[in-house]
Amino acid sequence: MANTGWDEFEIGAMLRTFEGEAGNIAQTLQEDRNYTENSSFRASVADWRIEKPVFNKDYCIDCQFCWVYCPDISIISRDKKMIGIDMDHCKGCGICVEVCPTNPKSLLMFPEQADEESVIAQWPSKEEKEK
Amino acid sequence: MAFDKMELRDIEVWDGNFAAAQALRQCQIDVVSAYPITPSTPIVEGYAKFLADGYVEGEFVMVESEHAAMSGCIGASAAGGRVATATSSQGFALMVETLYQASGMRLPIVLNVVNRALAAPLNVNGDHSDMYLGRDSGWIQLDAYSPQEAYDLNFIAFRVAEDHDVRLPCMVHQDGFMTSHTAQGVHTMDDDTAYGFVGDFKPMNDMLDFEHPVTHGVQTEEDWHFEHKARQHNDLMTKVMPKIQAAFDDFEKLTGRKYNIVEKYDMDDADVAVVCMGTSVETAREVALEMREKGIKAGVVGLRVVRPFPFFEIQEALKDVKAIAALDRSSPNGAPGMLFNEIAGALFNTDTKALLSGYVYGLGGRDLTKKHLTDLYTELQANVDAGKVLTPLQQFIGVRGPKLAFL
Repeated sequence: MANTGWDEFEIGAMLRTFEGEAGNIAQTLQEDRNYTENSSFRASVADWRIEKPVFNKDYCIDCQFCWVYCPDISIISRDKKMIGIDMDHCKGCGICVEVCPTNPKSLLMFPEQADEESVIAQWPSKEEKEK
Repeated sequence: MAFDKMELRDIEVWDGNFAAAQALRQCQIDVVSAYPITPSTPIVEGYAKFLADGYVEGEFVMVESEHAAMSGCIGASAAGGRVATATSSQGFALMVETLYQASGMRLPIVLNVVNRALAAPLNVNGDHSDMYLGRDSGWIQLDAYSPQEAYDLNFIAFRVAEDHDVRLPCMVHQDGFMTSHTAQGVHTMDDDTAYGFVGDFKPMNDMLDFEHPVTHGVQTEEDWHFEHKARQHNDLMTKVMPKIQAAFDDFEKLTGRKYNIVEKYDMDDADVAVVCMGTSVETAREVALEMREKGIKAGVVGLRVVRPFPFFEIQEALKDVKAIAALDRSSPNGAPGMLFNEIAGALFNTDTKALLSGYVYGLGGRDLTKKHLTDLYTELQANVDAGKVLTPLQQFIGVRGPKLAFL
C-alpha cells in the first residue's frame, strides 16, 4: 500500500476487504476475489513460520479435515480435492498434521529450509498398530 | 417493532440524570451498553426502563465492567447503530483504554459523564477529576451546568458526533449530585421535534453493510499510526467547532435556548473575570453581580466546550479584562491546573496584559461558597490595582489547615 499522507485515507482505524461491492462473495473462489491491496490476503506472513507442513498426496484421502481445522484458511481445496497449502498465509502451527487421519500421515512438519522433494522421498512408512 | 411516544409537559421537573435519560429516549438510541456507577446510574437505568416500557426500540446490554461497557458501545457503533452510555469517576477511569479506541476508530458514541472525584480516598461526590482524565482522549467534551443543559447538550452531542465530517465520540459532562440529583424545571421538546433535531442515524463504514465488508480496529505501526493520529487531531482542531456552532445555532432556532462555545456573563465591561466550569458557573454569576454592586466590575466565563479547547474563543472572551482567575476542580498533582495552563497558552502571544492566577477548589464535592468567590474577586481587584499578581499563582481554596499556595 502506498504511503499516503494524513489527509489521503478514509478516517477511522478501518480497512476495506474488497474493491467495490462484495457481491456473490461466498460463491467466488479466493483467487477470483477482488481483494484490496490492504487485505490481509495480499500480505505474506510466511516469515512467521519456523516449521512448515509438507503435503504428500500419495496418502491423502481428501477427507478435508485439514481444510476444516486450519485456523488461517491456508489449505487449498478445490472440488473437495486437497491440492496444496497457501504458503503465504500458513504460520506453521501444525494443526493440519495433528488432525490428518491417514497412516502414514499425508501432512508432516519439517524445518522451513527442508527440501520438499527429498522429504517426500523419505516419507515414513505405515505404522503397525500395537496389539 | 414499534415504540410508544411519551407525552411531556412543556416544563418537567427533572434532575440532570433523568434529563439525560429522556434525551437518550428521544434520540432513540439503538444500543446502550452500561455498567452502573454512582452518580450516573439513573441515566442508564432510565433508558432501560423506557426500553422495558416500550418507549424505545433498542438494546440494553448489561456487562461486567465499564471497560466492557465502552467495548460493547464500540462494537455496536462500528456495527452501525446510534450508541450511548453513562459513567462516572472510577468507571470512567476503567473506560479510559477503550475511550482512545472509540475516538481513534472514529465512532460517534455519546458518553454522559456525571463528574465525580477519583479515589483514593474513595469519594462519590462531584469534582472534575474524571473530566480532566478524558481530556487527551480524542473525544469532544461538552459541559452542562444544569439539568436543562444536560438535556439539551445530549441532542447537540449526537448531532455533532454523527456528522460524517466529524465522526468523533462526544462526552456530555454534568456535575455529580449538584446537577445529576438536583431536580429543576427543564423545558422539554416533544418527541418528534427532539428526534427531528438529531435525525435518523446515518451509518458510515458500518460492519452490517455486507456489500462493503470492512475491518475495524486495525493495527498500524510507525508507518501509519502517526498519520491516523494527525488526521484525528486535525479534525478536532478544524472541523468540530464550526459544527458545534452550527448545531447551537439550529438548536436556538428550534428552542430559543442559546448556547455558546464559551459562555460569557457580565463580560462586556469586566475588569476581573473568573473562568470555571460546571455548577460553579452559576455561583460565580451570582457573586459577580454582587461584586458589581460593590463597584468591582466582575464577570464570569464558562467553558461549554472543553475539548476541542476553545483557544480563540477564550482569547476573545478575555482580551479586555485586567485580571483572570482560572478555577480548576481537579488536583493538578504537581503542576498548574489545566484551565490555568490552557488560558495562559491562549493568551501568551497576544497583546493582553491581564494578570492570571490559578485556584484549585471543590475537590471531592467540597462546596465552593459565595464567600470564597467574594474573596477571590476581591483578590483579583487588588491585583488590578497593584498592577501585578500579589498572591502566589496557585492557591487552594476551601481546604482546612494552613494556607496552601504555590508558584
